[in-house]
Amino acid sequence: MTHRPEQPYEIISDIGVEKGAEKLTPERIREVIRRYLEEEGGARLRVYADTCVHCGLCSDACHFFLSNDREPRFSPAGKVKQALLPILRKKGDVSADFIKRATEIAFTECNLCRRCVMYCPFGIDVAYLMLFVRRLSHKLGVVPQYIQDTAHSHAATMNQMWVREDEWIDTLHWQEEEAREEIPNLRIPLEKEGAEIFYSVIGPEPKFRAQLIYQAAVIMNVAGQDWTMPATPGWDNSDMCMYTGDEEMVARLKKKHFETAMRLKTKRIVMGECGHAFRSVHDVGNRFLGWKMAPVPVTHAIEFYSELFQSRKLRVKRKYDIPVTLHDPCNVVRGGGLHELARYVIHETCSRFVEMHPNREHNYCCGAGGGVINCGPPYTHKRVVGSRVKAEQLAEAAAKGARVVIAPCHNCHGGLEDIIKHYGLDLEVKFLGDIVYASIDKEG
Amino acid sequence: MATSGDMSHWDWNIGKKVIADLHQWRKSFEWLEEPYVSPDGETIAAVVRTKDGMFSVCVNGDLWETRSDKIWSLRFSPDNRPAAFVSNQGLWTIAVGGRPWLNTYEFVWDLHFGEGGGPVIVAAVNKGRYVAVSDGVPWSQGYSFMTGLVVSDDGGHSAAVVQSAAFNPGDIFAFQKGCYTVAVDGRPWDRSFVNVWEMSFNPDGTRLAAEVRTTLYDYTIAVDGRPWDRSFSSVWQPKFNPADGSVTAPVKVKGGWTLARDGEVFWDQRFCQLLHHYHSPDGSAVAAIVAPEFARWSVAVNGLLWPKTFNHLITDLTFSPDGKHVACAARKDGRWTIAVDGLCWDLAFDMAWTPVFSPDSCHVAAKVEKAGRFFILVDGRPLKLEFAGAWNPVFSPDGCKLMIRGIGGSEKELSYCRYVFDMSGLPV
Amino acid sequence: MHAVFNFVRGPMAGIAFAVFIIGCLYQMASMWRLARKKDAVVFHYFSLFYALRSIIHWMVPFAALNMRRHPVMTGVTFVFHLCLFAVPFFLSSHAILFKESWDVSWAWLPDGIADIMTLAVMGACLFFLGRRIFLREVRYLTTVSDVLILFCVALPFFSGFWAGQQWPGFPVMTLVHMISGEILLMLIPFTRLRHMLFFPVIRGYMGSEFGAVRRARDW
Ligand code: HEM
Ligand code: SF4
Ligand code: SF4
Repeated sequence: MTHRPEQPYEIISDIGVEKGAEKLTPERIREVIRRYLEEEGGARLRVYADTCVHCGLCSDACHFFLSNDREPRFSPAGKVKQALLPILRKKGDVSADFIKRATEIAFTECNLCRRCVMYCPFGIDVAYLMLFVRRLSHKLGVVPQYIQDTAHSHAATMNQMWVREDEWIDTLHWQEEEAREEIPNLRIPLEKEGAEIFYSVIGPEPKFRAQLIYQAAVIMNVAGQDWTMPATPGWDNSDMCMYTGDEEMVARLKKKHFETAMRLKTKRIVMGECGHAFRSVHDVGNRFLGWKMAPVPVTHAIEFYSELFQSRKLRVKRKYDIPVTLHDPCNVVRGGGLHELARYVIHETCSRFVEMHPNREHNYCCGAGGGVINCGPPYTHKRVVGSRVKAEQLAEAAAKGARVVIAPCHNCHGGLEDIIKHYGLDLEVKFLGDIVYASIDKEG
Repeated sequence: MATSGDMSHWDWNIGKKVIADLHQWRKSFEWLEEPYVSPDGETIAAVVRTKDGMFSVCVNGDLWETRSDKIWSLRFSPDNRPAAFVSNQGLWTIAVGGRPWLNTYEFVWDLHFGEGGGPVIVAAVNKGRYVAVSDGVPWSQGYSFMTGLVVSDDGGHSAAVVQSAAFNPGDIFAFQKGCYTVAVDGRPWDRSFVNVWEMSFNPDGTRLAAEVRTTLYDYTIAVDGRPWDRSFSSVWQPKFNPADGSVTAPVKVKGGWTLARDGEVFWDQRFCQLLHHYHSPDGSAVAAIVAPEFARWSVAVNGLLWPKTFNHLITDLTFSPDGKHVACAARKDGRWTIAVDGLCWDLAFDMAWTPVFSPDSCHVAAKVEKAGRFFILVDGRPLKLEFAGAWNPVFSPDGCKLMIRGIGGSEKELSYCRYVFDMSGLPV
Repeated sequence: MHAVFNFVRGPMAGIAFAVFIIGCLYQMASMWRLARKKDAVVFHYFSLFYALRSIIHWMVPFAALNMRRHPVMTGVTFVFHLCLFAVPFFLSSHAILFKESWDVSWAWLPDGIADIMTLAVMGACLFFLGRRIFLREVRYLTTVSDVLILFCVALPFFSGFWAGQQWPGFPVMTLVHMISGEILLMLIPFTRLRHMLFFPVIRGYMGSEFGAVRRARDW
């Protein structure tokens, strides 16, 4: 019955939030919130908010809650209570300080992982509610600086990392050249109209992890796939605007992406190992544009690898023999049901596999997803502290012998690496593609 | 789309020409990329690697004299010249008809052609300065950032989104003040925007309209640097009406998407989505790809919907030359077909390309693909030809003949042939 | 007293049922209208198979992982909801009322069993109250109205039990029973108790999204 948090919280300073909030007046807050409640606050918002019986059963779903010694304000319904219900109850009559706090909760204390949907007896989607708060924060101009900067990059360059048009193409040329040392006739076909597959990646791949493009090119070439990559913006499938609440930009980004695939007359998009990008193309961006499902079918890398092994287009030369465990990324497992296929690929390519617990749909989030890691350094400490259960889960897998965590998602990589470092675990994070690349017969 | 100037000079004699034996090409080159074909069908070209490990372009069996470390983006100009980006010792330029331009750049990309024998325009960068280069002549002013190069129909003008003010990494507030504008022929507009996206030139290239965002939330259209008075919650690519010069664009207003003209809402209808719109050549009609409701796609001509809807998507909308007919490629239940004036051709494929109208607007032809084989459809019927690769069919200027360009065909495998048929003697 | 009694038994009961039924219909209709207007996409993703798959998993005791993690809560809540429905419908004295009022009848519960079930409902309410007091995460979420609702749910059972046992003052208690029962009925569409209406809606929608779009389980 207490309306105040049981433990005081530390206010994290973020210029995006601070300076954004300075510009707010009570009138503006009320005006903006009322407008968006009126225009976009639909049945889901109302039914979720009204139906919650405050039973607290969702608490055990949330790694933030579990990791912070069951601190109630980190429970899913607790976050709704703090960040959303006052807005609804007071119809937008809230202060700038309230908006700051609500923004911090919605952006940095919820990974939008939807685990709580599986724990609430009604299936109330707290992630949806937190996204609604983020949408309001966006419209009020109060968004953490780092993720807002990423959203700006999307808007200016149509990719997440300020990669220029020439840098993108140059990176592909460079990776093609490198890979030719290994496979002399390897090609990264640019702008090949009518190819079967449009291979798309996220902005950080050309920027920081170009070897993933290299590996993908090797896999494509060894498996004899008819594929292409565009030499224009639209190559990036990622989408931080989905997490800042800038839905207009989400639509713009996805339109560009899908229309690039259509322009190239490719039959499907095969995407690299990214979770949030999968969510964005599979059930968010397409909806904002009016398409029920992705207008050009999208295949996530996990599914693609498993297809190539099933059809014997890839063969294993030597199984990877360091014991591995698998982290099931929320967006492709709870959001895409790819958990069994991931295990199939691991079964094909690895000799020793250790399950972590919980797993599959019940796996804990890496703490990075939902744009939380993209909110940047001010929140890193809170994020790794909020991932203590993840660390315990990893430590248990390590105790059973696992030395490598396979995480088929970029955000999970960032998150798990931070956790491993903070908690001093003896584990290395790898992509499924790293393992596939290492184990296949490249003479094919 | 750039069209070729004097198609009447092309060889329109009825018959089949075998242009190249690709089987032979395969044997001579260990590395042979996908081929490209000239608009008149007389030339086929592909990037190849020669014995010395260098790259070149094979044109109808003959190699370009230039050898390069790398070659990409091989395309034909509307007047049938092959062009591609070539690099030697890390420096890039473009070779047209086998002759590289004299000046080189750190990088060149984004190849554009003017209609007929118009110029070749590319994006280029040197020492961090970005420019467009037209037939070897760069813009007089370079920019620290450039994207989205567009050129006018005749190639006489070029424009791109450029950065007009510097901001430090992570300075979100500077960004939000507006750091981007458009440079037309190298000269920037005098006003900056938070973002500028898709643009369109008017038919003679003297005016330019662009999608802009003036704050993070206000979207509108800017014409020659001046934004419309009214802003919207989102907009898509603007177009010029070729007849009266007005600017139209899809805009999102309360209640859905609609079409706006010169800043005012123009259509009464509201749609769940309005992705692209097109003016007829004479400017009398507008057609748009719309979703009247979620997950239903159709075409609206002057605001009136086709009764037929498709559950997946519609692409490649085209007007007939007389502006009376509209055709598009459409996907329904996972299969592609062609629809003309709301009627669907009763055939399903794995992929369909932009339908082509005859100059008299009476016929529609299209290239389609099924299980890796390519076919040409004319007025809803497939021709009795089957290809391993094909290009869009081309009508003769008088509309009496149809040229088909394809690899393989019914006889010898892997030869590229050019066919000309009389419309009354099509192999159906 | 008699007049009050007759009013409560007659017109007020009618009003209560009417408010309950019309209120429920209104809630569902307004939710539907709102969804059509602003959330139209949800209808496109509805899948009967996956909706039922989810609803069934959450209607069967211990079928969902979180139910197994909270066995006591799960046991209590199932007994609570079962008795909550069974007692009013299958109590012999209610059956007589139904017969007298509308001339319909069905099997009754033996009074002894009904008594135990009534006690179970009250016990469950105490248990829920206990959770709200002693479990930090539930206490944090609890509002005054949550406690009042528990009280409103318990009262008709408490007073009904009292009256049934013919303990001192039972005529007044009978009145309290009838009034509180009728109030509870009327409260359902307008308080958190409307979770009864929205349970199948949310679960069905989520089940459809999880099953048909996301190809995953949601239990
Ligand atoms: C089909 C009908 C119903 C369904 C499916 C249903 C389902 C649920 C569920 C899933 C909960 C969540 C927490 C828990 O498991 O206890 C709950 C709680 C509750 N339900 Fe129901 N319910 C229904 C009808 C009712 C009715 C008719 C009432 C009362 C008149 C009621 C009273 C309550 C109360 C008081 C709680 C809260 C327990 C607490 O305070 O923690 N329910 N119900
Ligand atoms: S979506 Fe995930 S992070 Fe957010 S409240 Fe639910 S369980 Fe916690
Ligand atoms: S489990 Fe569901 S109903 Fe219970 S408090 Fe959490 S969100 Fe609300």
